Amino acid sequence: MTPAQPDMTAPGPGATSAATGADSGSGSGSGSGGTRRRALRGDRSRGGAGRGAGGPARRSAAARGTARPGIGWALPAVVFFGLFALVPLVMVAVLSFTSWSGLGSPSFAGLTNWTKLFHDPVMIQSLWLSVLLTGLGVVVQTPLSILIGVWAAGPQRGRAVLAAVFFVPLLLSVTAVSVLWRALLDPNFGVPAQARWLFGDGDLFGSRTGAIGVLVLVSAWQYTPLHSLIYQGATRAIPKVLYQAAAVDGAGRVRQFFHITLPQLRNAIVTSVILMVVGGLTTFDSVLILTQGGPGTDTTITAFYMYEKAFKSFDYGAGAAIALLLVVVATAISLVVVRLSGYDRMAGTQEGLS
Amino acid sequence: MSATVGPPAAGPRTARSARRAARRADAAGSAVGSRPNYLAGAGAFLWLCVVGLPVYVMLGASVRTKPDYTAGGPLSLPGTFGFGAFTRDFSSGFGRYFLNTAVVTVSVVAIVLLLVPPLAFAIVRNRGRATSGVFRLFLLGLAVPAQAVIVPMFYLISKAGLYDNLIGVILPTAAFCLPVCALILTGTMRDIGAELFEAMAIDGADTRRVFFQLVLPLSRGGLSTIVVFSALQAWNGFLFPLVLTQSESSKVLTLGLYNFQTQYGTDIPALLAAVVLSTVPVLLVYLFARRALVQGLMGVGGK
Repeated sequence: MTPAQPDMTAPGPGATSAATGADSGSGSGSGSGGTRRRALRGDRSRGGAGRGAGGPARRSAAARGTARPGIGWALPAVVFFGLFALVPLVMVAVLSFTSWSGLGSPSFAGLTNWTKLFHDPVMIQSLWLSVLLTGLGVVVQTPLSILIGVWAAGPQRGRAVLAAVFFVPLLLSVTAVSVLWRALLDPNFGVPAQARWLFGDGDLFGSRTGAIGVLVLVSAWQYTPLHSLIYQGATRAIPKVLYQAAAVDGAGRVRQFFHITLPQLRNAIVTSVILMVVGGLTTFDSVLILTQGGPGTDTTITAFYMYEKAFKSFDYGAGAAIALLLVVVATAISLVVVRLSGYDRMAGTQEGLS
Repeated sequence: MSATVGPPAAGPRTARSARRAARRADAAGSAVGSRPNYLAGAGAFLWLCVVGLPVYVMLGASVRTKPDYTAGGPLSLPGTFGFGAFTRDFSSGFGRYFLNTAVVTVSVVAIVLLLVPPLAFAIVRNRGRATSGVFRLFLLGLAVPAQAVIVPMFYLISKAGLYDNLIGVILPTAAFCLPVCALILTGTMRDIGAELFEAMAIDGADTRRVFFQLVLPLSRGGLSTIVVFSALQAWNGFLFPLVLTQSESSKVLTLGLYNFQTQYGTDIPALLAAVVLSTVPVLLVYLFARRALVQGLMGVGGK
């Protein structure tokens, strides 16, 4: 392979005009053979590394030629993020070892908050409740959103229109959705008051099962569209060849779904479930508005308990300790997210094709 | 994943028409020999009811009078029609909340637009060890939920004298948009071909010119996604305003809804009219910029 010269000079004028014309499509088209081949491979993440493959001479020419931004470009964002996200994160750890009522300054309290926390039945229960609600959310939403997503991925025009309507709940804020459902299920003015034959005394928020059911229902109503969108995209990316081959073999619609669609959606399922888990563990707004953690403490999940401890009982130290617990759990899960959404994921379902 | 379905909006006409052609080919291919799926149709209709009924109740109730709603129940057809519920909302302060929310949203978007493009540019083009550390920092930032830092945030904002001030809501809200926005925009900027940078270099362009004349124009798709994402975060934000503001004059819409519900819980038409009000701007964006909105809503989920 010849070093830099032809590759560097040939696309010069063409690429520059493309750049000012802001047209990435013609930009790669007017490039040299090397560029085109890279584009054909569709290997965008390695676009930079591909340049190095030409040998050391070529790399140094490029490095000398291109103006690279210094770290200073990143500095404002880093400082801002550090100040408003990382400093509080460190402080939450510090505050969890202090006692502070919101007035004056926090005073060191050692492990008091932590020992109290681990002997607090409401706290232990809140962890279980968080896991229960998250698990129920995954169990309810995953099959629903797979069915809707696969259905919406079909080429029919009517499906696209309906899918756009299905999207509406996602446009409302969590607050709005919770307020709406609270009004809808109100024991005195809502649907239960009109349909006593179905709801009994009509107070869904008065029993543990009812309250948990409402929370699961409302979050499914709001978030199913998001997850079905993920599945819709993933389904459209499944190679048509697979279905054609299956049809030739005489596989019907149901068998195609279970033997092609579902296995091909594996990565999408992982992504969607992780999003559900992280979202579920940090649920707060809907609990505050719909059930206030009640009846009693029957729906007091961890994030809500943290809010109650800190901002209702003014025990900020305990609140910080609960928050830290939340961070640890969320970080552990997010590390899994980063691992799973890495490059190893990309190759996954396309083995043996091409 | 969705990138394979719909490429970022940067590649204009050619990509779009290719996509359209592909869709047509799909339709032709699968229309052959496939019967209509009645079961799926029935299921879709059922889900339409599940989605539609609450939306109908919301819209229906907002134009009814209070006695009509109470007598007929949520699902009945409106017997009256009027905008009294909306008027009651505005007289109880929703105009102010609306304005405050708009201020917060515009400021958050402005901060994000100022900070994220240079950050993403540095992450993508500066290959030093420091910048990859910066990127990892923001990836870890994805894991930090707002709930986790709300206690120290309250402490910091109070100490800074920003409690009950919209600035105290704007700053943390913007900070918590940064990780997702950085991830989205670096994804877009990575798609810019290296040969374009080389060509700019041959023309003798300095870093600033590369940024403004090459990187920014070619990142329009990603930029519109982060604008929509951060605007939604700010518009729908609840926890920071709940904890960091108090008085009527610095209340935002979501908080207004929450307070309205706890204080005047029986005036459900006015309550639902307020819900409608708070959703109208998002609905408008959905009608006119659906693609950017969907990608903004998906955040990293779509990547």
